[in-house]
Amino acid sequence: MTDIASTIGGGADRASGIHTNDAAKARLRGRYAAELRFKWLGAGAVALAGLFLLLLLSTIVTQALPAFRMNYLTVPVELSAENIDPANPAGANYLGIVQDALAAKFPDVTGRQERRLLRGIVSSGSGVFLRQAIENDPSMLGKTVEFSAPLDDFSDLYLKGLLAKSAEPQALNGVTVSAATGDVDLTFADDTVARLARGAGATDDTGVLRLTSSAASLFVDVAGGTVKLTEVGPGNTAKGIVLEALSAPVSAPAGAVLRTITTPEASRKISDREIVWLDNLKAQGAVESRWNTIFLFTGASREAELAGIWGAVVGSFLTLIVTLAVAFPIGVSAAIYLEEFAPKNRITTLIEVNINNLAAVPSIVFGLLGLAVFLNLFGMPRSAPVVGGLVLALMTLPIIIIASRASLRAVPPSIREAALGIGASKVQTVFHHVLPLAMPGIMTGTILGMAHALGETAPLLMIGMVAFIVDIPGGFTDPATILPVQIFMWADFPEPAFQQKTSAAILILLGFLVIMNAVAVILRKRFERRW
Amino acid sequence: MKKTILTASAAAVALAASAGYAAARDQIQIVGSSTVFPFTTAVAEKLGQGGQFKTPVVESTGTGGGMKLFCAGVGENTPDFTNASRPMKDSELAECKANGATPVEIKVGFDGIVIANSKAGSAVDLTKEQLFKALAKNVAVDGKVVANPYVNWSDIDASLPATKIEVLGPPPTSGTRDAFVELVMDEACQDEVKAANEKGCGEIREDGAYVEAGENDNLIVQKLEANSNAFGIFGFSFLDQNADKLQGHKIGGIEPTFENIASGDYGVSRSLFIYAKKEHVGVIPGMAEFIAEYTSEGAWGTEGYLADKGLIPLPDAERASVAEAAKALKGMGS
Repeated sequence: MTDIASTIGGGADRASGIHTNDAAKARLRGRYAAELRFKWLGAGAVALAGLFLLLLLSTIVTQALPAFRMNYLTVPVELSAENIDPANPAGANYLGIVQDALAAKFPDVTGRQERRLLRGIVSSGSGVFLRQAIENDPSMLGKTVEFSAPLDDFSDLYLKGLLAKSAEPQALNGVTVSAATGDVDLTFADDTVARLARGAGATDDTGVLRLTSSAASLFVDVAGGTVKLTEVGPGNTAKGIVLEALSAPVSAPAGAVLRTITTPEASRKISDREIVWLDNLKAQGAVESRWNTIFLFTGASREAELAGIWGAVVGSFLTLIVTLAVAFPIGVSAAIYLEEFAPKNRITTLIEVNINNLAAVPSIVFGLLGLAVFLNLFGMPRSAPVVGGLVLALMTLPIIIIASRASLRAVPPSIREAALGIGASKVQTVFHHVLPLAMPGIMTGTILGMAHALGETAPLLMIGMVAFIVDIPGGFTDPATILPVQIFMWADFPEPAFQQKTSAAILILLGFLVIMNAVAVILRKRFERRW
Repeated sequence: MKKTILTASAAAVALAASAGYAAARDQIQIVGSSTVFPFTTAVAEKLGQGGQFKTPVVESTGTGGGMKLFCAGVGENTPDFTNASRPMKDSELAECKANGATPVEIKVGFDGIVIANSKAGSAVDLTKEQLFKALAKNVAVDGKVVANPYVNWSDIDASLPATKIEVLGPPPTSGTRDAFVELVMDEACQDEVKAANEKGCGEIREDGAYVEAGENDNLIVQKLEANSNAFGIFGFSFLDQNADKLQGHKIGGIEPTFENIASGDYGVSRSLFIYAKKEHVGVIPGMAEFIAEYTSEGAWGTEGYLADKGLIPLPDAERASVAEAAKALKGMGS
């Protein structure tokens, strides 16, 4: 830039006018420098905005991705007449059947607490899925069939690697184990285990390293079973508890593997036992990761693994249909009247000012209006999409009217004059000529208004749509909630698995918004006319 | 012309909607406290899973808002249950009565309020008096009431860490805040402060040491993770679910554990309630069954699913008597 400045200055040095003296050259340099600074500042602002957008999106996407997959446990369930009375299938304990099938895989588990823990690995909703499967296919009754049940949210999070960190497994040679079950003594060929235990945060008690629940967990996988180390030392010996029975006591150098779960048991929501069971099931191939159809196609739930977004999607859809059906015709008619027919006087000016002001009214005010008018005065039902739609229609009306008036005004007067000139009536002029030309602009404004309405929660708080609703709404008067409300509620639940669901729901809402905005852009590009 | 038809049809939709609603409501409506919300929703879902009734609709309106809706009268336009994180006030009961509604009180369990910080921070043993000194707007120093002068925890007691007092807690609109003020601030109030201003005990400092972190307890959890010097005040269920990241602190030497809150040893806990509208039982289908599900051992018992969600059960004998009274639909004030 400064080069150009100097060449311009240099090329004109034969004339010694006011534009070529040193002061002028300095001024010119200053102006170019200012332009350059401004360009860089502008580019910096765009880059910063882009960086934040990228940061936001990448956080949401990385949080959301695990929610789209889900781990299922496949077990053989016994649907004998003993378990399910064919005369009264509704009375059967379906969850118990699934849990029994899981317990059958671990016959050694006997303690009451342990059994409770083991049975908690599958989701408490498994019974409902089994009942539905049988209702769809009654021929299953009386047989033993393979059934896939969703895992509990914590088990699922563990298998996704989000609950506990584990270190690289290490091969151990020369391991001996004194017994196949219960408390056992172990010996090792070298001091690898002692070194690892020291690094894992074990407390040193005069030469014996104790692995408490606030230290990492060390497992020795050997002879088809798993031993959890409790004490290491003195020397190359150790004590442990068998979590998964060994096939036989080990006394020869065997191909053992040492696994380390670095997150201490006290700091995670899943116990060592559950980890061993889950790893075992995974090794057997009984656990499988699938697309999370529950999340995509069911309604809300209090259990994180059963919670779905479909109820909220349907609710949003029903609400927006009502909004569009009310706001579009009224908004466009109002715009046409104000722009084409109404006389310009004090009253229309007042109306215009008010419409512009309404567009800036906080949305919660429309919710209060909805509560007072639709619920209290007209007695319409709480939590219903029809009321939500009406409230959002009131909110989007000013936006649609303003956008429609702007695009009607953009149609050149020559079109109207030509139509009137060949004898068309005022109504014919507007509806045959002006409105079709203004339509792309009107549609764009409407879609943007709808996208705005899709993201609103505040006005719906007042009319009861911020609610826990499990059933998927089947009509305009059924209780329903909407996408942003679902996100808000999931963000508030304490279970960690809901955090992934929240991000996944945000992605779906963003997807809808992007689609709506893309349609607006396409409509504008395809049908826009320039004069 | 087309537009008029569309407008008319939209109006017709609205009319049809209100007309359809005149038919009997077959779905239970529940409003009220956001603290009880996670538990009531779990029971509602269980009732729906039974397949006999529609899943009740549960709104989270806050205890006060719920009471207002609940006591507005009898009829399909009013909710059948309200959740509450405090007992119904006399004024609310009077309003209910005046509108012809008879509430049935069901105490469902306890909720502990905990002081916690990130596991990376230091564990402390606090007393209610120390908490009062750390958080009150005005405290007594050498017999005189002055604006809270304490900056670091160690200014209050030498045994506490020498870090800045920074506590994230709920805003005044929250039921958790009301309960915290009642159970800690009022109880440990210094006589001088009380003498100077009757309401001074409940005033929390506004100089930045106490940060109102909004109603969303998850937000507090995330902020605590990021800042190991900060402490947070929230419900026990959030500590329970985030035990991998947070540590709860002893208050008066008692640790905030499930057992200690259930036994009543832990000093900062409150009772949670649901209120049923007696007039609606038998009219709205499923209400008796909902109460039966809520008060069943499988739900609110020591090993029930509500305990897994963080509700602290009532003692065995009290559970039995509350369940009995709930079954008999013993109305309040009658």
